[in-house]
Amino acid sequence: MEFTDDQLQRYSRHIILPEVGGKGQAKIAHAKVVIIGAGGLGCPVGYYLTAAGVGTLALIDNDIVEMSNLQRQIAHNIHTIGMPKVESAQKTFTALNPDVRIVPLRVRISKDNILNLIKDYDIVVDGSDNFPTRYLVNDACVMAGKPLVSGAILRFEGQVTTIIPGRGHCYRCLFEEPPPPGLVPSCQEAGVLGVLPGVIGGLQATEVLKLILGKGEPLMGELLMYNALNSSFRKVRVPRNPACPVCSDSPTITELIDYNEGYCNLR
Amino acid sequence: MERIIADKKIDIRGLVCPYTFVKAKLAIESMEIGQVLEILLDYEEASRSIPKSMEDHGQKVLHVEKMSDTDWLLVIRKEKD
Repeated sequence: MEFTDDQLQRYSRHIILPEVGGKGQAKIAHAKVVIIGAGGLGCPVGYYLTAAGVGTLALIDNDIVEMSNLQRQIAHNIHTIGMPKVESAQKTFTALNPDVRIVPLRVRISKDNILNLIKDYDIVVDGSDNFPTRYLVNDACVMAGKPLVSGAILRFEGQVTTIIPGRGHCYRCLFEEPPPPGLVPSCQEAGVLGVLPGVIGGLQATEVLKLILGKGEPLMGELLMYNALNSSFRKVRVPRNPACPVCSDSPTITELIDYNEGYCNLR
Repeated sequence: MERIIADKKIDIRGLVCPYTFVKAKLAIESMEIGQVLEILLDYEEASRSIPKSMEDHGQKVLHVEKMSDTDWLLVIRKEKD
């Protein structure tokens, strides 16, 4: 692709990397990524992917910006309180890099719309904060064959994994069923260190760029865990479960499920 | 030294780092393996840094020459995609 002078300057530190170059930057410019959630994780993931020059970035979130979000959701600010999060993030990202086409989707995802929402995108990023969404996104990505970069945070700990359907594990290979409602505290109940989504979201954005470039080794078959208090990273192997209810050769789950009953949907 | 016929020539006089290397690298990327790129530049540091970076990236530096008080000529052969 031909770069404008502004683009040469903007992406110069990418272009001079042997692993990226002009060809890699062109791949980034042609990539289409959809991010589920424009909150703690979605903000830094979207911010960095916008800075990197990803061609199309869709943001899915049904919520509006609140004061309590601003401790960690860095795409929003005091002037966008009350605005839909996807529009607030769009303003921030467009101000950073107008090359990127931002698609704000103010919807709540469900089993009825998710396949349609992700079908036009190359990579899915899960930045949701609840188990019903996490399982729905996993199952939909397995069924649609879409790579998924999943992240989660709570208190001082976070985790990241990359799911490539047909090649590595999926979320249900790791935890077959969502925990019962109320067993795992929500972010609202337990708190979260504001910078933690920056670390985990940064790792997710890195995984996305590696997948786009086809460079390095994604966290496929692995779960990377970060503990902010210990300053430690731990990587555990997650083998593909040959009896996985969704990604095995003979799945028992063949339709999407909305696990809404009893779960708190607050973000 | 026998004269090398370049397949592509770029004039990046007026540019400074890192754009000197950005332009040189994009030019190399657009060429075929075995082809030769000639670079004319006037940013002195790049007369050393471009050859070094090109070697790091697996390309072959054939020739570096100071042409005048201000200008350098580099000749690079593409060895690697």
